[in-house]
Amino acid sequence: MQIHKYDTVIVGAGGAGMRAAIESTKRSRTAVLTKLYPTRSHTGAAQGGMAAALANVEEDNWEWHTFDTVKGGDYLVDQDAAEILAKEAIDSVLDLEKMGLPFNRTPEGRIDQRRFGGHSRNHGEAPVRRSCYAADRTGHMILQTLYQNCVKEGVEFFNEFYVLDLLLNEVDGVRKTAGVVAYELATGELHIFQAKAVVFASGGNGKFYKVSSNAHTLTGDGQAAAWRRGLPLEDMEFFQFHPTGIWKMGILLTEGARGEGGILRNKDGERFMEKYAPVMKDLASRDVVSRSIYTEIREGRGCGPDGDHVYLDLTHLPPEQLDAKLPDITEFARTYLGIEPYTDPIPIQPTAHYAMGGIPTNVEGEVLANNTDIIPGLYAAGEVACVSVHGANRLGTNSLLDINVFGRRAGIAAAEYAATADFVDLPENPEQFVATEVERMRESTGTERVSVIRRELQETMDKNAMVFRTEETLKEAVEDIAALRERYKNVSVQDKGKRFNTDLLEALELGNLLELAEVLAVSALARKESRGGHYREDYPDRDDVNFMRHTMAYREVDADGNESIRLDYKPVVVTRYQPMERKY
Amino acid sequence: MATPTLDKVSSPGQDAGHLVTVTFRIRRFNPEVSAEASWQDFEIRIDPKERVLDALHQIKWEDDGTLTFRRSCAHGICGSDAMRINGRNRLACKTLIKDITEIKDGVATKPILVEAIKGLTVLKDLVVDMEPFFQAYRDVMPFLITKGNEPTRERLQSAEDRERFDDTTKCILCAACTSSCPVFWNDGQYFGPAAIVNAHRFIFDSRDEGGEQRLEILNDRDGVWRCRTTFNCTDACPRGIEVTKAIQEVKKALITRRF
Repeated sequence: MQIHKYDTVIVGAGGAGMRAAIESTKRSRTAVLTKLYPTRSHTGAAQGGMAAALANVEEDNWEWHTFDTVKGGDYLVDQDAAEILAKEAIDSVLDLEKMGLPFNRTPEGRIDQRRFGGHSRNHGEAPVRRSCYAADRTGHMILQTLYQNCVKEGVEFFNEFYVLDLLLNEVDGVRKTAGVVAYELATGELHIFQAKAVVFASGGNGKFYKVSSNAHTLTGDGQAAAWRRGLPLEDMEFFQFHPTGIWKMGILLTEGARGEGGILRNKDGERFMEKYAPVMKDLASRDVVSRSIYTEIREGRGCGPDGDHVYLDLTHLPPEQLDAKLPDITEFARTYLGIEPYTDPIPIQPTAHYAMGGIPTNVEGEVLANNTDIIPGLYAAGEVACVSVHGANRLGTNSLLDINVFGRRAGIAAAEYAATADFVDLPENPEQFVATEVERMRESTGTERVSVIRRELQETMDKNAMVFRTEETLKEAVEDIAALRERYKNVSVQDKGKRFNTDLLEALELGNLLELAEVLAVSALARKESRGGHYREDYPDRDDVNFMRHTMAYREVDADGNESIRLDYKPVVVTRYQPMERKY
Repeated sequence: MATPTLDKVSSPGQDAGHLVTVTFRIRRFNPEVSAEASWQDFEIRIDPKERVLDALHQIKWEDDGTLTFRRSCAHGICGSDAMRINGRNRLACKTLIKDITEIKDGVATKPILVEAIKGLTVLKDLVVDMEPFFQAYRDVMPFLITKGNEPTRERLQSAEDRERFDDTTKCILCAACTSSCPVFWNDGQYFGPAAIVNAHRFIFDSRDEGGEQRLEILNDRDGVWRCRTTFNCTDACPRGIEVTKAIQEVKKALITRRF
């Protein structure tokens, strides 16, 4: 075991982690620990753009953007945070341009902008061009640009270091951050990183669904590490299903396709979104569009022999426009479906996409231990965190924005804290939890397979906790997950070695997914209303009296070591927008 | 009623008529077990419309958990799973089984060969040491270099100037090009195509003012002149970048000092 000492440790090297690292490296001795090589992170898969009211192509302002974000989030958004997001969006985009990001340009040479779901002019009047983009590979460009600037700033990376535990220690009765424990994939060795400040930027947890746009590696490692140390998770029942995933595969086809004029059609060729969202049509918010697609399918208007999908139609758009604005997604259709998007519509279905919930933070990125108190030295940003700027449903292009605005804020805040704080003593046997887990897994002679349990988890989540939910389905999910967690105790791996043991890695990742799926299902069961991405058929209306509040889930362990989930709630921060009926 | 699940065709045991028998012949190496690499055959039943990555997962998840490879996004954007498939560098997640094999009576006529990319040290099975590759990338100063004061708004750039380097912005650093290059195989010092592609991305960016510095780096004996235009790199690129053309443009810029 090796022990390292850094002022600031950042966990994860996607957009949020690298944006934080660029700031914190300038201000403090920083290490970035990442499970993947930085440019492999899933930020690179984001396509459509990054919202900012630059007003480069038409009238726009950050107040409209704030309103759209609050409305898009079905009034579960903390409005102070949304205001920061929309205001700082402008400098955030300009900063990226100055770092070298090759945005598409207007004829005047400015950053070009296009339409995106839920973004509107003057509080819902009509769609507005707010998304700054680089073809349909904006996330790729952001990830590359941030990595390039990390190279420029000399950011220190520990690649393929998998963080499995968060170390906290009590100082004068207050829990403070002491560091993290990481498993080095190449050697199987454990490393303790003692740090004054730790920033979690480890991304999402969408791999507990089967049809998912998420990478195999998005297994909620940061959320689970915090959870196991008794920290709360906020709003985990809110998960976004992106309307246009490639049928059965779940690969993302950007909303920018509809921003460019693409249309969703059912088996009769009908533009069905006109019925559900008369003003915004195909560009309504994602929760609305995903539910509309499944309503079409359930009512027998789905396409194909099994009537199990609908079409994304781009055939009326000029091929030159597709080549210039949507080159990657049209290539996906050709590669994976053998379909030519110039002439044929693309079969799509909603795909699990984004966790609105996560580790609760305030607007400085400081992690909350409860509704009011922070854990000194602990920060989180990006999909792993819940600020909450996305509320019950995130708007497209607001996640690339979130990682830049709050990644930057967390990086600055962490480094500034580290500049004045002292190192906290490491707890006794700091590696103990991870060492025990890793050894147990390596030496287990159990009969359960990781892949089988993971598949069953994904199946129950798709069936019971996806776009439509009821008391009955959620109870089934809770029971299934509990049974799978029991079986997980009896799991074993075939690879007993130390070197690049990805068999072991997948087993540990599955443990995280199981714990987080349970939090999602339990939180969803208790929320007896429909709001944003959480739709309860048995409670189809939003209930602002009882549920306009954030869920705060806590892991409780009794004297006999039995685990349970305790739910508490946190008020929503409302500044200027009172909840209204949500129509698109 | 629950969300309709739409995976009937891909559920195990159903529609077995889609499945064919394919042998994957995989180059295995694990120094914890043996100092020698060896080929191992895995015969599986799989839908030929699946990706090679799906086949590798099926083998790892159902047969041999020790089979080791990198992967993440599974749709050709993260660059983790470049490997040599039937002797050609490809991404496992962008290669459909049906496109690289002939099926006769439900059986693939030949095994599909899968091995690690060449020219980088194999650490285990299909996993190679990427450090020398990323070092070459870092050596070409892959970031925007500008002089003078920053503008308050964005720098202006015409759509034509933006288009000039569009092709080389697509690079995902998967190393398929560099590890397909015979010069790179024989001479570990050569920067390799990927590093030059990323230098090109900045040299031809109208906003950049570091072109001269980068060209001097590439003028080095291990730089751009080692390229013998075999076009392997262009063939290998999963993003369709015209790699050899980019290298030629950098060579031309070195001669004319105009870019």
